[in-house]
Amino acid sequence: FCILSYCTIFPYLVFQIITLSDLECDYINARSCCSKLNKWVVPEVIGHAVVTVLMLISLHWFIFLLNLPVATWNIYRYIMVPSGNMGVFDPTEIHNRGQLKSHMKEAMIKLGFHLLCFFMYLYSMILALIND
Amino acid sequence: MSAPAGLPPRPAGAAAAVYPGGPGASREAAAAQGGAPCYQNGPVQGQMQFPSGYGSHPPNYSVPSGHYSEVPNKAAASHLDNQYRASYYPTYYSAPAQNVMTPSVGTNVLNTQESQQLYNKTPPHTVGSAEGPIQGAIPPASYLHTNAQQSYSAFGNLYSTSVSSSVASQGFPLDSGHCTMPTTPVVSGAMYPSVSYPAAAGSVYGKAFTSQSLTAVGQFKETNTFSSWSISVPHSLQQHVPMGYNSTLSTMSSAQSVQGNLSRNLTGSAAKVNNQINTGVQYGGYVNNQASSAPAPLSSSSDDEEEDEEDEEAAIDSSSTTSSASPVLNNYDALEGGGYPEARSVTSSPVPAPSVPQTSKASKPFGYGYPTLQPGYQNAAPPTPVQPSNPGHHPGLQHYPQQYSGVNQLSSSLGGLSLQHSQQPESLRPVNLTQDRNILPVSSVPAPVPNLNSDLRKLNCSPDSFRCTLTNVPQTQALLNKAKLPLGLLLHPFRDLTQLPVITSSTIVRCRSCRTYINPFVSFIDQRRWKCNLCYRVNDVPEEFMYNPLTRSYGEPHKRPEVQNSTVEFIASSDYMLRPPQPAVYLFVLDVSHNAVEAGYLTIVCQSLLENLDKLPGDSRTRIGFITFDSTVQFYNLQEGLSQPQMLIVSDIDDIFLPTPDSLLVNLHESKELIKDLLNALPNMFTNTRETHSALGPALQAAFKLMSPTGGRISVFQTQLPSLGAGLLHSREDPNQRSSTKVVQHLGPATDFYKKLALDCSGQQTAVDLFLLSSQYSDLASLACISKYSAGCIYYYPSFHRSHNPTQAEKLQKDLKRYLTRKIGFEAVMRIRCTKGLSIHTFHGNFFVRSTDLLSLANVNPDAGFAVQMSIEESLTDTSLVCFQTALLYTSSKGERRIRVHTLCLPVVSSLADVYAGADVQAVVCLLANMAVDRSVSSSLADARDALVNAVVDSLAAYMSAASNLQQSMLIAPNSLKLFPLYILALLKQKAFRTGTSTRLDDRVYAMCQMKSQPLVHLMKMIHPNLYRIDRLIDESTIHVNDRVVPQPPLQKLSAEKLTREGAFFMDCGSIFYIWIGKNCDNNFIKDVLGYPNYASVPQKMTQLPEMDALSSERTRSFISWLRDGRPLSPVLQVIKDENPAKTDFLQHLIEDRTEAAFSYYEFLLNIQQQICK
Repeated sequence: FCILSYCTIFPYLVFQIITLSDLECDYINARSCCSKLNKWVVPEVIGHAVVTVLMLISLHWFIFLLNLPVATWNIYRYIMVPSGNMGVFDPTEIHNRGQLKSHMKEAMIKLGFHLLCFFMYLYSMILALIND
Repeated sequence: MSAPAGLPPRPAGAAAAVYPGGPGASREAAAAQGGAPCYQNGPVQGQMQFPSGYGSHPPNYSVPSGHYSEVPNKAAASHLDNQYRASYYPTYYSAPAQNVMTPSVGTNVLNTQESQQLYNKTPPHTVGSAEGPIQGAIPPASYLHTNAQQSYSAFGNLYSTSVSSSVASQGFPLDSGHCTMPTTPVVSGAMYPSVSYPAAAGSVYGKAFTSQSLTAVGQFKETNTFSSWSISVPHSLQQHVPMGYNSTLSTMSSAQSVQGNLSRNLTGSAAKVNNQINTGVQYGGYVNNQASSAPAPLSSSSDDEEEDEEDEEAAIDSSSTTSSASPVLNNYDALEGGGYPEARSVTSSPVPAPSVPQTSKASKPFGYGYPTLQPGYQNAAPPTPVQPSNPGHHPGLQHYPQQYSGVNQLSSSLGGLSLQHSQQPESLRPVNLTQDRNILPVSSVPAPVPNLNSDLRKLNCSPDSFRCTLTNVPQTQALLNKAKLPLGLLLHPFRDLTQLPVITSSTIVRCRSCRTYINPFVSFIDQRRWKCNLCYRVNDVPEEFMYNPLTRSYGEPHKRPEVQNSTVEFIASSDYMLRPPQPAVYLFVLDVSHNAVEAGYLTIVCQSLLENLDKLPGDSRTRIGFITFDSTVQFYNLQEGLSQPQMLIVSDIDDIFLPTPDSLLVNLHESKELIKDLLNALPNMFTNTRETHSALGPALQAAFKLMSPTGGRISVFQTQLPSLGAGLLHSREDPNQRSSTKVVQHLGPATDFYKKLALDCSGQQTAVDLFLLSSQYSDLASLACISKYSAGCIYYYPSFHRSHNPTQAEKLQKDLKRYLTRKIGFEAVMRIRCTKGLSIHTFHGNFFVRSTDLLSLANVNPDAGFAVQMSIEESLTDTSLVCFQTALLYTSSKGERRIRVHTLCLPVVSSLADVYAGADVQAVVCLLANMAVDRSVSSSLADARDALVNAVVDSLAAYMSAASNLQQSMLIAPNSLKLFPLYILALLKQKAFRTGTSTRLDDRVYAMCQMKSQPLVHLMKMIHPNLYRIDRLIDESTIHVNDRVVPQPPLQKLSAEKLTREGAFFMDCGSIFYIWIGKNCDNNFIKDVLGYPNYASVPQKMTQLPEMDALSSERTRSFISWLRDGRPLSPVLQVIKDENPAKTDFLQHLIEDRTEAAFSYYEFLLNIQQQICK
């Protein structure tokens, strides 16, 4: 079941990276980029939180602890958006102070993390199947 | 579009910078085609990308000789050339201070120089003493000869050249040369005693000359030759020995003015082919060519925006009028066109010329032209003012350029007066801040001039439009980090220019890979190819570009106006449009709630509109509309044919709709009567309203709906916190926290409603300008978003009331007049490009950043300034110059698509000392202010304040550790940064950043908005106002502007210690003028200037100076009106007495003083020193 939820998060991250790099290369404008991305922020947060909680429920302590910081970071990011901003990705700010780059970097790191987790889950799933 | 056929994958419209970016689809298109700069390195990257000086001389020479052929002795010209070239290198490399070391020579130089100055001051004497026996006559002559033999300083060298050439060529009588020379020395000798030569007071050139030209024409026989001679000397000096010669002029602009003069002389003399003058002419012409050497000597090179060059056609026209005199004129006109507009306009205007004898014709325009030059010159810093890195200044010589270049230059003398003969550039001279108390210059601080070779410097963009914080760009990011100074640009791209070359050409030549517009700093590899100076790609020169409309010649692409001017405007073709250019559309959204009616602003607005209805920029398609709102939204049907305006009320504010879609915005000309009726009726329509709510959000939504088909400008007048419908706000300010020293909250917006709406507006090419006239908290932080992101502007009138607060009412009136009549550009985009290796990472100003380097500006107005921060991504070691280009594409109010391009070129340096030498303290401070605003919104005010202080501490510490020979115990700053701590302290005491003093949140936020959107000149006035003492205005240091004498009192420190009770002081804060009158102020002053018998009878609220007959009154008024002329918003004047309540406003600007919550300047310095030592 972990893998199922991962199937949803993965495309999102890939999508996020593609959109950001589009923006970097000037293919789309900031407004549409940010509205596209902001739409998916909440699903990502929820999805990841659900996975983390599931891990806790199924008593996979190690994986839970691995996931916890990332989930916390996601939630923190979401909560800390200033009241006047239009979501995590704000079109008026994204080009300032290297925000675009930091978003990009963050997305890359997350992608790496999820890739790692994906294989870990795959492994444990196969392990579980074999054990059955 | 340049060569559309040749453009590979990108469609013609890809014109990157320039997408009108209309509706959504178009924006996508723009984005898709826009950037993606695939940089292609030019083949010869290592080479200097611009041929400096020498390389390109040969081609130029061909041109000068062309001129010379017109004049009798061509031989002389070529001879000059040879001489020049022969002596060029030796002179250049001659030891710097040679001239000064030999006393006799030195004095002579001084003498001659002084003579010019003196001569200016006292023209009648010149004539009288012409045959005077004075010693000056002989020594200079002998000196000349010595020099000629030794050829040991540039001065002598040049001079000898001219002499010998005249001898050799035989083209004209020898005595012409001699005639010139004796005149000068005699003059100098005669005048010498009467002038104090430090002359910090700066006798002003313009005045002298006006009076001359007025007094007598006859005198000019001598003066004329004299001026040509004397002028050319310093000029050539600078050309030859930019670094070495110790007593060289420090300004480049002098060179320009010199050229102006020369050309005047030239015209006059050429017309008559007067031998005597011919010397001057030849000589002058020769120098001229040197000056404009590299890219092209011929054609208008205008940094200098005064020139009223409408377009090339106009240029041709005007020069052709001149050319009736002689073909030479034409050429020189073209040559000088850029340099000194007045030169051209005057010479080309037939009025002064025929009436006077030929010799004086040359000088007449000179005197005549100069004053007209002043006004523009004053507000606009001279094109390339002080060369910061000029080695030590010699006072005697230094005055010379100053006189020419006006007040802006005067200040440089202050720096120079300290007689630095060291090898260090002036801007690096260490200044001990704690000991040196008088660091403020006499007059306003000039922008430093990039240390480029003279040709590039002359071509470079005016510092008023384009300034970089570091005029010497560090080579690597590491070096930049070491310097601890921010790297960034300050832009004022849409500034009102009185002259601007406009280019109408079907092909706009641009680089094929990075889309850079061709500019003066590209290099032509051969006739057919040019190398882009931003991405180094080699491009072809299109066929059409080979023809030069200015000279009507073929095969000289490097002489096209695009390549001769760093600020040009193109008329864009339809490739640069995504839709037909929009008409000018204005919509006024007026608050008519009880609060608004009470304040009485409606009368003023309607009155101003009525007065300026015909002056609204626009053409026959101009449309206008009105919306009013309280708790409902009222529309006005102004359809032509109605007998009177029809009001349509929409009370469903939750789902706003337009009652009639087409008749709300009407053609201004067709419905003018109805509009006038409405404006007359509006102020009285709501007098009895009891509605206190304000539904601003719905009204804005309605306005957006109304505007979205066309785009245009929405002007919103709001008087209170919006309390109904979408976008309603709650009061967030806690009055008890106003003077808190700790946390200032709520600097950011409370809701994203206004931001979203602004972005929608921006997408539909609509800008929203906000006028906030409120007495209570209105949450400007949230409301401002509507203007910030739609590229509008914000005006704020705290505690506005029409009768109770006349100052604010007057201010509104004046602001509105400017606002309604100023130039406007619609559906604009601006792109900033820079040399490969640099990148922009943060933008400041009112706009929406649509993609990495594309700013979308729904409207652009001449008072908007922008700032960007840059970083160095790749090391710039393989280039010696970097360039920045802004291209602003807009639709003019006449429905023309235009592109205004500014290009700035700066040198790259590798040493830390050079970086400091090139620091532009005003630009640094303005950029820091912008950064601090961002910081206080995103983090906290305390952080921002700390960051500001740290900026000073870090940079000074870095400087002190770099200059290791300095004692660590003192606080030392390089001369270029000596004002840095003062300005930072001033910033900390600004409303935006101050703590501990009671500041209303809206005031603070407004100050922050100002910092983000004001151009540098205005911002600096706001940060550090100018204080003058005006009760003793004297004639000594005056300038002439349009036949008016304008006194130039020295700047005073902003400290109460300067405010003596006996004096009257004038403070220029940019948007407001204060006159402070001391208790014991001279009664004559009060009587003559203020029109009251004594101090006690001066009223509390005085906002105007009466027109009195006395001289002092005249002087004061001319001084004030001169200051007023220099800025777009005419400021309100306030007279302040000691016990006036407005006194605190005045005193808060005295930033060097201690307040209960903030340091005095000296304490601040000590504090910095402490932190450095830590």
